[in-house]
Amino acid sequence: MSNNNFQTLFLRLFRLVGSLVILVVILFVGTVYYTIDPSFSSINEVIQDDPIPSLIVDQNLIENGVHVQTGLKEGKGLMLVVQNCTSCHSAKMITQNRATKEGWQSMIKWMQQTQGLWKLGANEDKIIDYLATQYAPQKKGRRQRLTNIEWYDLK
Amino acid sequence: MTNRRDFIKKSSIATISTFLGVDIIFANNLPSGMLPIILQEDDFYTKFAKNKDMVILNDRPWNAEAQAHILDDEVTPASNMFVRNNGLIPKNIDINSWTLIIEGESAKISKTYTLSDLKKFPKHTYRLTLECGGNGRNEFDPPAKGNQWTIGAVSCAEWTGLRLKDLLADVGLKDDAVYIGYYGADTHLSGNPKKDPISRGLPLSKATMDETLIAYEMNGEDIPIAHGYPLRLVAGGWPASTSGKWINKLVVRNQVHDGAKMGGQSYRVPCETVEPGTKVQDDQMCIIESMPVKSLITYPKSGATISIDQKLDIRGHAWAGESEIKAVHYSVDFGATWKECNLKPSHNRLAWQRWSAKVSFPKNGYYEVWARATDENGEMQPVVIPGWNPKGYLNNACHRIAVKVG
Repeated sequence: MSNNNFQTLFLRLFRLVGSLVILVVILFVGTVYYTIDPSFSSINEVIQDDPIPSLIVDQNLIENGVHVQTGLKEGKGLMLVVQNCTSCHSAKMITQNRATKEGWQSMIKWMQQTQGLWKLGANEDKIIDYLATQYAPQKKGRRQRLTNIEWYDLK
Repeated sequence: MTNRRDFIKKSSIATISTFLGVDIIFANNLPSGMLPIILQEDDFYTKFAKNKDMVILNDRPWNAEAQAHILDDEVTPASNMFVRNNGLIPKNIDINSWTLIIEGESAKISKTYTLSDLKKFPKHTYRLTLECGGNGRNEFDPPAKGNQWTIGAVSCAEWTGLRLKDLLADVGLKDDAVYIGYYGADTHLSGNPKKDPISRGLPLSKATMDETLIAYEMNGEDIPIAHGYPLRLVAGGWPASTSGKWINKLVVRNQVHDGAKMGGQSYRVPCETVEPGTKVQDDQMCIIESMPVKSLITYPKSGATISIDQKLDIRGHAWAGESEIKAVHYSVDFGATWKECNLKPSHNRLAWQRWSAKVSFPKNGYYEVWARATDENGEMQPVVIPGWNPKGYLNNACHRIAVKVG
């Protein structure tokens, strides 16, 4: 009998706490949304550009040598690059390019002179080292062979 | 559709994950790198109604190219058209309040037009080839910085609008007018409202050509947002960066326009050819104007396997900036011999031309079909990569596809 009472009480308490938790979460999410976008402008907007930041990916998660959030290769200086280079443009700008130290340096200089990139101070050398190591140029010659051919039957 | 994304954008991942702990709670339960469903539906392809075979090179700013086999249409549909953005696409476009201002030191007056004002001018429609100056950049050695376009940053859509020259006549030009510059409503990646992502333009000779339009329609419909809605300057045959998107201001200049990406190394090549890898000073660089002779094999898709008794139909497009194509040839023996293709005249000046051929192969084996266009001046596509330049522009090397027989 007392065991039964206890069970009922526990269930009630569980439901109450459960509802409260859900309520608090809803209020909290709403408040955060309101803080960030008080005009709810996002609801009215049709199109925008932006990277596809994943809400669920751990910012530090690295798998198979690749930083999951950005697609950048794991290596010394990675997080400096993430922090300094991907707030304006996509990391794809880096991963699709290849250059020597001088090449990466000139891109940084160009971004500082014309695109509003801040001074990188002591981090500049570390960033350039990372880029020139992970994204070094490869010899292509005057014409490369055709690659990634997907063969199919043409009737 | 987009509110979630905007929400995420305006916050930072750090803020969200710190407050909610989502990275800890959910990340363990989902396969790595997987986006939650709510974010997936909001991707590039859905948002801009793009073909799944478009390849994204960059997502901030958006840059995506077609593959050769989805460029087979004579008029490129919006879904298969490359996107080259320098900044962020403008938001909350209100076409009722959209205006185009014409001003500048060499305009006789400054005048503002609404979209309905512009639609009162005589309406013209042309098919116009637009190719990114950097199309083919990925093949240069040493590599050139920027989006690594392969072959798909080209299109030929049907553009409708008024002639820029009619608009310029309406404003009146001073005798010293030499150049037109455009400004658009797109915003700089840094968020700095004082910075223009891009503001290029055209010399007066190109600006006053019949085919140079202020377009308000593409393929008979409103211009898609990714391609400049509601108003785009369209200059066929020139680097597509001269065809300013989302334009809201034109300036008539008494000098070469000096807007963003007109100077320095942008859209410019060494005035004199240089050894690959040479550092070239800005004052030794010249602005790219008409694009070079080029062609694409749009059918079949590379990788076709056929039997020896099959004849292979091949076709594609050829274009040459402001010139006309005189001939297209193909080779199936790595350039040892070339045969001439059928070539159709262009629908109108500055539109690409259709070519086709029926190919038979002598025996089983691995083949490459190469296509090579020649323009009316006798200029021909090179088989190897053309002259190196610091930013990797103007690669017009022959397009090649792989074919297996047997």
